[in-house]
Amino acid sequence: MSGAALVEVAGLHKRYLAHGPEAVAGIDFSIVEGEIFGLLGPNGAGKTTTIGAITTRVKPSAGLVTVDGFDVARDAVSVKQRIAVIPQRPNLDRSLTAIENLVFHAAYFGEPRRTRRRRAEEMLERMGLEGRADDKVDTYSGGMAQRLMIARALMHEPRLLILDEPTTVLDPQSRLFLWDTMTDLRERGVTLMLTTHDMVEADRLCDRIAVVDHGTIIALDTPRGLRSLLPAERGVEVTVAGAQPLELPGGDGVESVEGRVEEDRWHGRVYGDVTAARLAELVRAADRDLIELRRMEGTLEDVFVHLTGRELR
Amino acid sequence: MNRASNQAFVALFERDLYVTFRKDLIPFLSQSLLQPIFFLFVFGRVLPEIGAARGSYGIALLPGVLALTLMLTALQNVALPLVIEFSFTKEIEDRLLAPLPVTWVAGEKLLIAALRGILGGILIIPLGELILPGGVDLSNASWIGLVAMIVIGALAGACVGLVHGTAVPPSRITIAFGLILTPFIYTGATFYPWESLDGLRWFQVVTLANPMTYVSEGMRGALTDQPHMAAGWVALGLVVSLAVFGFLGVRGFTRRAVD
Repeated sequence: MSGAALVEVAGLHKRYLAHGPEAVAGIDFSIVEGEIFGLLGPNGAGKTTTIGAITTRVKPSAGLVTVDGFDVARDAVSVKQRIAVIPQRPNLDRSLTAIENLVFHAAYFGEPRRTRRRRAEEMLERMGLEGRADDKVDTYSGGMAQRLMIARALMHEPRLLILDEPTTVLDPQSRLFLWDTMTDLRERGVTLMLTTHDMVEADRLCDRIAVVDHGTIIALDTPRGLRSLLPAERGVEVTVAGAQPLELPGGDGVESVEGRVEEDRWHGRVYGDVTAARLAELVRAADRDLIELRRMEGTLEDVFVHLTGRELR
Repeated sequence: MNRASNQAFVALFERDLYVTFRKDLIPFLSQSLLQPIFFLFVFGRVLPEIGAARGSYGIALLPGVLALTLMLTALQNVALPLVIEFSFTKEIEDRLLAPLPVTWVAGEKLLIAALRGILGGILIIPLGELILPGGVDLSNASWIGLVAMIVIGALAGACVGLVHGTAVPPSRITIAFGLILTPFIYTGATFYPWESLDGLRWFQVVTLANPMTYVSEGMRGALTDQPHMAAGWVALGLVVSLAVFGFLGVRGFTRRAVD
């Protein structure tokens, strides 16, 4: 990654109760200006605490957190001027209409009176909410509320936009819209940070991902870099019609085969250096109907489970 | 930082004024005035009419009801919204992330709640004129004293509300409001002059813990020539109430706002 660090987190510790457990037990990372940075981890791993520290809502027990060079503990106001947060659950101002939410938010951040309303209208249009500007926000659906929160966050042109599990409650259309918006924002130079347990989302959006568990970072890399952490899982997955196992002669780089039968189909995981093309030939030679054939590649989910284990939290 | 924070403070206040006058006025006024109207009517009019109280009782009652309305309106307009905004709607978050110190957010809440208290309190005077058999006699009123008591009383109510709103866990909100408000209403020298409690010494001492006692007594001094607690004691009680509840309230708010 190129560019300067916008967020620096160094030796962050947080203990909520004097003798309680540490929610965050020494975290270090930096977020580079212009990237999408993901914080991935199981529930209770310390993601929300870490975000709280960056957004000035959690006071670090130890360590230093800075945004654009400003210490969150000593210069919270300067930090707040540079960031915006999209929370998990709507926190819109329910006494106000949609457009009033945006106009007053802009006022909190010192936007001049004459430009507030026009900018709010532009922003509503960009988020596809122009027809609902004068509706009270409690009539909004979950997806609309979130789009309005994005509009609100962008009203004061933050350098860093933080999204806390943004797609957990969204329908597929809203989710796609959000992903497009995030990519678009990054192109405009906004730095984004998100927490999620959605692997597809993390894989698709993030430039770099920190995997957090038990209050520490256990891996930090690009999605591809993280996938390479999996123990070598080379091979081909094959599904053919008929219950009987596929006959595989020795050689061809086949090391081992795991097969199972389901609804009169045989599924096999063929490990080793064998290629998909060679396996296709073998299926044809055995005169079987080929249903599915794919090269195995670790998913981010595999990496995640590999790193954090299967225990429930 | 200061310019941004000043702008943010003014904008928060503007938002609250806008909601008070453009969205909330009727519900807000009915919520704060309904109870005092019944107090004035039942204690000031019905009881004398049926011979259960003296006809002049209304004169002692009005300053107390005025103090009660000021304080209770201010208290409820900070406490209840805070509990809801911190735990259920999370609306407070947008304010906490605005570019001003967290203590200023608390200060703004106090200011708007006090303003709402003043608004409700002032309306008690014309209501008293309408409801009380003898009307309201302001010929002996000290206007400076009255204005001072209205402003300070509303601020004190807001401070008590800030403590209340940040100390009560959301799961206990319904029970806590009843448990705190009822003694607050009935131990604040609202319905009786404090001095007349001489014969009930222990209760007279208990009422000193309620900031409303000083507001009611100060109001009695400002509005009537009836006996009331000495001005010095009223002033001391108010200063101590503002300091203690103001400090506890702002500290409670900061603790809720920043973990």
